[in-house]
Amino acid sequence: MALLTFDTQHKPRQAYTSMAIVLVLLLIFPFFAAQFGNSWVRIIDIALLYIMLALGLNIVVGFAGLLDLGYIAFFAVGAYLVGLFSSPQFAALLESVIYYSPAIGEALVAFFGPEIQQNGIHLSLWAIVPLAALSAALCGALLGAPTLKLRGDYLAIVTLGFGEIIRIFMNNLNDPINFTNGPQGINMIDPIRIFGVSLAGEAGSNATVHIGSYAMPSVNAYYFLFLALVIASIFITGRLQHSRLGRAWVAIREDEIAAKAMGINTRNVKLLAFAMGASFGGVAGAMFGAFQGFVSPESFSLTESIAVLAMVVLGGIGHIPGVVLGGVLLAALPEVLRHVVDPAQQALFGKVIIEAEVLRQLLYGLALVLIMLVRPAGLWPSPNKEERPNAALARDDEEASTT
Amino acid sequence: METFIQQLLNGLVLGSMYALVALGYTMVYGVLNLINFAHGDVLMIGAMIGLTILQLLEAYVPGLPGYVQLALAILGAIPVTMLVNILIERIAYRRLRNAPRLAPLITAIGISILLQTFAMMIWGRSPLPFPQLLSSEPIMIGGAMISQTQVLLLVLAALAMGSLVLLVERTRMGRAMRAVAENPRVAGLMGIDTNRVIVATFAIGAALAAVAGVMWGANYASITFTMGVLPGLKAFCAAVLGGIGNIYGAMIGGLVLGIIEALGAGYIGDLTGGFLGSHYQDIFAFVVLILVLTLRPSGIMGERVADRA
Repeated sequence: MALLTFDTQHKPRQAYTSMAIVLVLLLIFPFFAAQFGNSWVRIIDIALLYIMLALGLNIVVGFAGLLDLGYIAFFAVGAYLVGLFSSPQFAALLESVIYYSPAIGEALVAFFGPEIQQNGIHLSLWAIVPLAALSAALCGALLGAPTLKLRGDYLAIVTLGFGEIIRIFMNNLNDPINFTNGPQGINMIDPIRIFGVSLAGEAGSNATVHIGSYAMPSVNAYYFLFLALVIASIFITGRLQHSRLGRAWVAIREDEIAAKAMGINTRNVKLLAFAMGASFGGVAGAMFGAFQGFVSPESFSLTESIAVLAMVVLGGIGHIPGVVLGGVLLAALPEVLRHVVDPAQQALFGKVIIEAEVLRQLLYGLALVLIMLVRPAGLWPSPNKEERPNAALARDDEEASTT
Repeated sequence: METFIQQLLNGLVLGSMYALVALGYTMVYGVLNLINFAHGDVLMIGAMIGLTILQLLEAYVPGLPGYVQLALAILGAIPVTMLVNILIERIAYRRLRNAPRLAPLITAIGISILLQTFAMMIWGRSPLPFPQLLSSEPIMIGGAMISQTQVLLLVLAALAMGSLVLLVERTRMGRAMRAVAENPRVAGLMGIDTNRVIVATFAIGAALAAVAGVMWGANYASITFTMGVLPGLKAFCAAVLGGIGNIYGAMIGGLVLGIIEALGAGYIGDLTGGFLGSHYQDIFAFVVLILVLTLRPSGIMGERVADRA
């Protein structure tokens, strides 16, 4: 990383040059990757979503030092929001309400009209994204409220529990009123449309997107959308980090009592961290739902929460370029390994001994343990010492002895 | 009324397993102020080892009575889980004892994932059937049924908890543990080998988890590599409910939580007019957790745990 630096404060010229180089590389990347097949671009698309998640979680874990183990729940909130308001699912919901209680059902049908009863609600991207961000932020605030005045450990457990609860609800909220369609998940979610152009390609176009006279595969179109979102997220979280609020977060992370003494309203500031982190998850979830065209509870297991956490920890807690690196490594590497390790094992042992999926899990676990033990500031820690979490610095043995 | 007694019995059975696991959390928390996130997976390892021992017994010494087989499975699982938990302490926690709080939590999560992955590699992905060892003839109590396995479970849990109380209250090691829980540094100055006490705490917690794991398998007749996650979480809720750091609190919290869950699952359908069914059983523990944390963070028995971030 010696050649590229993103430290805009100390070496602005070098930083902006490296950003420009990276941006150009990123812009031509899908055309290069598409040579090896669209599935590779697809992998990168998903990796970009993970990076967005990691950036959101970094606000909570990295800046504010609050361990959130149910982060994927906010992703789920976004994805199910799209599922409900941008697919035929709402029609099924109304139908089940009519079956459960005809009176309420009729009232709802009269309210929404026959069109929605037939086809469900189909909101556009411009409505969905703010809605997803808002509802995820609300969930985050609700979840944080009872625990934030307690110690961090409790927050970790409560968020873990919240992740499980969301999954139980996703699995069971199909009866008697069908919100989520249960374990089968919601199908036929509308693809994202930007100014009337469907990013999945029009029907019969063989998943090719036409913009004017120019055509490109659907996965490439999504790539550019997600890339734009990731860049926006990087920009927003970067600005947040250096804002008054960001400094308050870091102060709380380093020493909450001192921060309180300096006049920071710790509870509100922590709630804000929670809500803002969650809103990134919500938006990423909405994108995920529309990109896949399908959501089901399986995509939102505890493992995914931990995967996102591992990205933040591996790359560098609290350091945005580090988090992006962690996201790239942990989201793309397992897929790459799948294409390399499985054939290699076939060749060596005649059978696959460690499946790629298992390897992925091992990587996550090892990343969490080894990084904390060996390099607590992550693979790519912040160049500014004061921005690193104190895990990297001298350990105060005061905390262990105060019982 | 019959439903009530039945659910009460189910709750007691469930609760005694939670209590056994909760003790492991609460003891470690007592001496180290740390949540051993991997504790639920120690339970899973215990169940898996127990199953392997049962399979070996079946293959080499068939025809042993069920009670003997179960006893051997538990006795065999205990040293393995102890070793696992001691290794966890050694690898993931010891070096981070003075690090900021976030660090050991993160390694704990990592260890939990690693344990699950190793278990999946050794025992496979799909649920494994746990053999029915005791007679399936149920015992009737006031119109409610309880299986012989469950009776054994209650007896074992009572025995384990009783001996734990004796150990903590009556032995030298127990006194050392209480001293370390009170203040590790001063305990060290008084000539107590803090590390030995901590290792012993992890070992005892693991032994209790092994008992709970094997009996969990015997009771539910099926185990998987992810089976430890939910019981672990709920046992933690139980420990908080009872007052974390307090062993009597963990026992009471476990039983109370088990009963709340069983009664809740039994009656939620009637209470909500069929809107929510018994598959929402898993939610109760977290609702209890959130309520306890909001209303009385110190739990039933605990001292005041204020914000000590």
